[in-house]
Amino acid sequence: PFCYPDFNAVTCNLLPDEAAAPQRYDGRRALRASLRRLFAIGSQLSPEVGSSGIEMLETDTFKLHCFQTLTGIKFVVLADPRQAGIDSLLRKIYEIYSDFALKNPFYSLEMPIRCELFDQNLKLALEVAEKAGPFGPGS
Amino acid sequence: MHLMNSELFTLTYGALVTQLCKDYENDEDVNKQLDKMGYNIGVRLIEDFLARSNVGRCHDFRETADVIAKIAFKMYLGITPSITNWSPGGDEFSLILENNPLVDFVELPDNHSSLIYSNLLCGVLRGALEMVQMAVDVKFVQDTLKGDSVTEIRMKFIRRIEDNLPAGEE
Repeated sequence: PFCYPDFNAVTCNLLPDEAAAPQRYDGRRALRASLRRLFAIGSQLSPEVGSSGIEMLETDTFKLHCFQTLTGIKFVVLADPRQAGIDSLLRKIYEIYSDFALKNPFYSLEMPIRCELFDQNLKLALEVAEKAGPFGPGS
Repeated sequence: MHLMNSELFTLTYGALVTQLCKDYENDEDVNKQLDKMGYNIGVRLIEDFLARSNVGRCHDFRETADVIAKIAFKMYLGITPSITNWSPGGDEFSLILENNPLVDFVELPDNHSSLIYSNLLCGVLRGALEMVQMAVDVKFVQDTLKGDSVTEIRMKFIRRIEDNLPAGEE
């Protein structure tokens, strides 16, 4: 899983092994930039008034889940389309962010999160979420 | 979640204020620093509050007042101030604190009569609300440390912060 905030977005990658292989840094940057643009127009495109924008983006190979806080921070998780429990994972990530990033006085807001405790706890949460998915460890 | 001894909290806050008094030598500057530090706490604390309390968007300032007094103050300071003195326009109210954990055992000496000892709280409230797009003015108008019968914090809604609105809030 990779995780970094930039312009209020924290992105985690919960894809099966091959796709979760470390991507080049440039690829992630481009992804973040695209997501940012997508989300910006998402809520305006919506036929519903006061739409909160993209919450889920579904494709054949992955599902993108987005949770937006009242403060405007977006947490984005990319997961296998069959993966369950993403909603509670997103809320868990919000807690982990508010604990290990924000309560670390040496972390500056809106900078990339380079806190080990954040990474460790995030990894744990992702592992728990993966195990809870509809496909077990063997599949 | 750890349960912490509130005496240590009182002592820590006291150490902070007295050090600031030594560093800045005049009450006005100390007040400003306390507000600034509070602000920096508030912009972080709001996420903890939202992540843990599951409170949704408040629709008006009255709802905001309720959430602040009944949920936030309870959660972080273990007290529930009462909400009074609403302005006719509904944009100003007071929080009455009957006791303030920050000032347990504290007495203000004569040479610090302009010190707003708990000014950190004003900064916290201001910073936290700014992150949910509300510009507010927060100040102490009564203080038991100064001989008043209660401690009163006045909160005034200034304006909605329009830049950087979350999607869907325009």
